[in-house]
Amino acid sequence: MSVEVWTYLIVGLSFALYFYIGYTSRVRDTKGFYVAGRGVPPVANGAATAADWMSAASFISMAGLIATMGYDGAIYLMGWTGGYVLLALLLAPYLRKYRKFTVPDFVGDRYASNAARTLAAIATIFISLVYVAGQMRGVGIVFSRFLAIDIAQGVLIGVAVVAFFAILGGMKGVTWTQAAQYAVLIIAYLIPGVALAYLLTGNPIPQLAFAFSDISERINQIQTDLGFGEYTAPFQSKPMLDVLAITGALMVGTAGLPHVIIRFYTTPDVRSARYSAFWALLFIGLLYTTAPALAMFARYNLISTLHNKPIDEVRQIDWVAKWEQTGLLKIADKNGDGVVQVAKGKAFQEKGGKPDFNAPDMTNPNEVYLDNDIIVLSTPEVARLAPFVIALLAAGGLAAALSTASGLLIAMSSAVAHDLYYRVFNPRAPERLRLLVGRLAMVPALAAAAYLGINPPGFVAQVVAFAFGLAASGLFPAILLGIFDRRMNAQGAIVGMLVGLTFTSVMIGLMRAPQLFGAAQPVIKDFFGISAEGIGIVGMALNLVTALVVSRLTPPPPTHIQEIVDSIRIPRGAGEAPDE
Amino acid sequence: MRSQKPLRAYWRANVRLIAVLLVVWFLTAYVLSIALAPWLNQFRLGNAPLGFWFAQQGSIYVFILLIWIYARRMDALDRQYDVHE
Repeated sequence: MSVEVWTYLIVGLSFALYFYIGYTSRVRDTKGFYVAGRGVPPVANGAATAADWMSAASFISMAGLIATMGYDGAIYLMGWTGGYVLLALLLAPYLRKYRKFTVPDFVGDRYASNAARTLAAIATIFISLVYVAGQMRGVGIVFSRFLAIDIAQGVLIGVAVVAFFAILGGMKGVTWTQAAQYAVLIIAYLIPGVALAYLLTGNPIPQLAFAFSDISERINQIQTDLGFGEYTAPFQSKPMLDVLAITGALMVGTAGLPHVIIRFYTTPDVRSARYSAFWALLFIGLLYTTAPALAMFARYNLISTLHNKPIDEVRQIDWVAKWEQTGLLKIADKNGDGVVQVAKGKAFQEKGGKPDFNAPDMTNPNEVYLDNDIIVLSTPEVARLAPFVIALLAAGGLAAALSTASGLLIAMSSAVAHDLYYRVFNPRAPERLRLLVGRLAMVPALAAAAYLGINPPGFVAQVVAFAFGLAASGLFPAILLGIFDRRMNAQGAIVGMLVGLTFTSVMIGLMRAPQLFGAAQPVIKDFFGISAEGIGIVGMALNLVTALVVSRLTPPPPTHIQEIVDSIRIPRGAGEAPDE
Repeated sequence: MRSQKPLRAYWRANVRLIAVLLVVWFLTAYVLSIALAPWLNQFRLGNAPLGFWFAQQGSIYVFILLIWIYARRMDALDRQYDVHE
């Protein structure tokens, strides 16, 4: 069978599975709709959290990003895993004990303030909206690359699939489809990873081949020969201070992302929330320790396949021909010698953040352009695997994108329907109306996701720094202090959030002025050496300090609030009815 | 209403455990994997430079282990102070 037939078959089967799960887990009450009835066992919740967390970018682009950055790629590997330690130790068990539906629920109740609730709800909606745009784009790209379906149509198919199980099954439908999607995406990632490890090193386990084969020596050698720095040497793309700040901001931001936090509300008790975090990171770690191995193997393999070979010969290789057609790889014979040269520098001039294939960049000798996505997408062909593996990769990319998108939709619609409508606007709404509003709130969220997926703003990548920055500097400290500092009051928390959010937004705005506002130059280059990606950690520190100082200068919170704090610190009683 | 005293002791034990585990978390991520990485790269784990290995592999294993230890230790603490479900 051809690759295309396989792809239709496997993607079709996986979608049928999601529809089936979505239909069987439809719900009738808000508890089912927002927190899956709190009946999700830790292993299943771990798998769902892993799929929720790992996006199209993690699946398709991250290995390529690491391959380009070498050691410095560790900012993503550690930044996007280390946050789970903070979640498991500092947030998840206590938020689960609180027995509510959303993150703004806790912030609003703990500080007895609808201003704090509204601030948290708006931050939740903004963060999730930024994120979901990238996911829908990912769905469209997978469809267009593997099935030659137009990106816009691909996005609409994705939206329809997510709409089905999210509207019908709410959090319950999303949870069980995410667990299935984790299985699809991890199998799709590991098969090519294992095959490439075996092909290049003779060791089939990527994590072992990473350390116990000579691949790191070989890649350092070839990189040095070609004028790149050593692959394993730190701080070649960013100074140490910035690497520290970015890693920190991504970790704290991860722990503060609402769509991740609410996954821990679905477990039966506090203990299961802790073990969920363990399973989640174990499942995430499986992909996150394979990705850097894949990055190193694939980069070595690509360079050694292309460098110093006659161009005509290279173009005979079928995957080179195929990927050159799609623009993920491009060769320009700058010096006209008929031989491919790989070197440091950009092969083509850039126009609007994209390479312009008609304008080779003559200031350096590099003749090969490699898109980040090619590292993962080309592995099945490079490792000469059967066509069904390529099809599986398409299904895996779609699973990664759809699972993250559905988690974000729940986070957004619950912020609108539960926090803003029910808790702020109409607290006397009956249960049936609340469920209906929850379902209806999915519609504008889906429409926004579809629109942003089809018409992506040019600055999506830039805005993701915003999402992490706001989660780190706004939500994380407010929740942390609400649990660990009994003396923290509304004044401290609100002023702290405003200071953290304002500082971070202004800084990112100033540093990313060209991408966000079309300015010719960034207003400032960095903040004492810390870039926009890492500024959230400074915003978080400012938030913490401000909140602590202001709370000590103002009266302590009332007794009933201090009793809430005492109660969430004790696991017993988490499973008891009634939930609100 | 139960006496608040054992509950305070439970919370203190919890905070102590969190502090110890977060120190390990901090040392692994920021000291071994970043600040000392250039120096650690003179040593090797298998064939891979040690600082590089920590940054791209070892740190993730440590994170997973830390959460597992926390969940296990809290099971024991919950029972000891009789606050489990």
